[in-house]
Amino acid sequence: MNSLRRRLFLILLAATSAIWLCAVGWIYLSSRSELEHVLDARLQEAARMVHSLVAGGNIAAAAQASPLPETGYERQLSCQIWSLDGHLVARSGGAPEEALAGPAEGFSEREVNGEPWRVYTILDADKGVRVMVGDRIGLRDRLVRDLVAGLLGPVVLIVPLLGLLIWVSLGGGLSPLNAVAGDIAARDADDMRAVSPTDAPAEIRPLLEALNGLFGKVEAARRHEREVTAFAAHELRTPLAGLKTQAQIALAADDKATRDGALRQTLVSVDRTARLVRQLLVLAKLDAEPASPTDEAADAGALLREIIHQAPARAGVTVQLDPALNGLLLKGNREGLHLTLRNLHENAVEHMAGEGHIAWRRTPDGLCVEDEGPGIPPEELARVTERFFRGRHKSASGSGLGLAIANLAASRAGARLRLENRTERRGLRAHVAWPSNKVPA
Amino acid sequence: MRILVVEDDPVLMDGLKVGLGLAGATVDEVATCADARAALAGSRFDAVVLDLMLPDGSGLDILAGMRARDDATPVLLLTALDETTDRIRGLDAGADDYLGKPFDLDELAARVRAIARRGHGRAGPTLKAGTLVLDPATLSATLEGRAVALSRREFAVLAALMERPGMIRSKGEIEERLYGWQEEVESNTVEVHIHNLRTKVGREAIETVRGLGYRVRGQQ
Repeated sequence: MNSLRRRLFLILLAATSAIWLCAVGWIYLSSRSELEHVLDARLQEAARMVHSLVAGGNIAAAAQASPLPETGYERQLSCQIWSLDGHLVARSGGAPEEALAGPAEGFSEREVNGEPWRVYTILDADKGVRVMVGDRIGLRDRLVRDLVAGLLGPVVLIVPLLGLLIWVSLGGGLSPLNAVAGDIAARDADDMRAVSPTDAPAEIRPLLEALNGLFGKVEAARRHEREVTAFAAHELRTPLAGLKTQAQIALAADDKATRDGALRQTLVSVDRTARLVRQLLVLAKLDAEPASPTDEAADAGALLREIIHQAPARAGVTVQLDPALNGLLLKGNREGLHLTLRNLHENAVEHMAGEGHIAWRRTPDGLCVEDEGPGIPPEELARVTERFFRGRHKSASGSGLGLAIANLAASRAGARLRLENRTERRGLRAHVAWPSNKVPA
Repeated sequence: MRILVVEDDPVLMDGLKVGLGLAGATVDEVATCADARAALAGSRFDAVVLDLMLPDGSGLDILAGMRARDDATPVLLLTALDETTDRIRGLDAGADDYLGKPFDLDELAARVRAIARRGHGRAGPTLKAGTLVLDPATLSATLEGRAVALSRREFAVLAALMERPGMIRSKGEIEERLYGWQEEVESNTVEVHIHNLRTKVGREAIETVRGLGYRVRGQQ
């Protein structure tokens, strides 16, 4: 049963009916005891009345009174007057001839002619009479039954009305839910505004807040995607604009110096664009390959020597390799490790301003490289591994992809890239760390 | 025509400097928002060519800052994002024109001339003073219908004087139009250019206002 309305309706209806039935039961019991009490009092009073009318021993019992018109509760009370020696002296109309009660005084119940009676008896030794006034118990029960039936009748009529009322009220009560649903359903796909939870009922506020949280996340993801697209467009189109401009200058220039300058710039731009394309392809390849556990391992020292040897040398930049890296076996496939370390190395070299010193060191959980560049502003640290993100201290030839590649390749090799600014001097320290259970031996 | 180019890509920057220079403009180059703000605070430009994505922020912030302090210098946005919404956002932020990368150098030069012209309150493409007519698009000049050969610098000096005929231009103002920051200014070069111009377009065309500067007479 998925409809909240139907569910609530049935629960409310069942609960209402149960309460009503309990009330009827309670009324039945309490009316009954009250009635017994009242009728017993009447029996007692009637018996006293009759007794007071009986003169000592001389009872002129009237002939039977003419019967009353039928009302349904006729002949409720019957009266008998017995002499102490057991003769029926007189009786009221409709009263049985058989004694209604035993010889004892007070209340008693007895079956006479198959009918149960409740009787009050007064014994008067002075007058020599025994007065018995009795009630048919069957009549008493009917009285209670009629009373309860009178209560139940309207219930049968009212329950459908009540049901209708509950159904309609539920519709009204649940309307804020429908309003919110309608609001969300009417949105277009770009609309990620938060649903205002303040004017919504308290019960659905947690749901709306969760929904708003989701909207927020989706919106953030989309914004991020837009940013990446924007950065990508910038990084791809700017070199093209440079190339086109330089080519037009080369065509338009009348002097050789200008033309040669433009052609030189064209070559620089082509080289950079080629590098960008290469990095994009590397990223695409890394994206396409899921991380696969591998038993491969590579010697950190040998790998780094190869990378340093291949990297374009910069005048005044020296590279130091920690001897402890020799023989340090790094887990992960060789290509991924090579990509990680090479991009970190290139990043370090690119950001060196003039002369400086780059150091590769062994750390307890992997290795790190330290440069003497400008470092990364703290607010950009978390973003520099995003694709195309180029911070304030970007290098002239950087594509904004190097650290993204290093980060992705490191995670493919089961390691984590962590960047921090050096505290003892200017510069960046990039850690490649393996989780403790996979620390390379 | 002195132009500030804000662009962080070195190759494109070099191209803009040389390319706009070929079109007769003097180009000052900066690569960051901070430098752009400093340049705008320190000098007057006829137009600004502004890249939107800069290493230390967005070109839109620079633009908003300029317009907030009532700097009406015409701005052309250069950007890799040429979706309609981006263009609208740029223009609504106070830009005068918009060009998506990659662009045609000649078109860029023409658009820069156009916004600079508007910035000077002119609608027509040529500068006129009496029978002297300058065409900034072709860097050519005519006097009474006859072509006058002018060097690029001479053209720039004459254009600076003719942008507002009748107004006096100081030597300093003219120098500012001729040279970017990186260029050495020789102390008497404006005088030399004025002297040469007078021999080409007539002594009476350029008037010396002693102690103040020079002016070109408007329509007489």
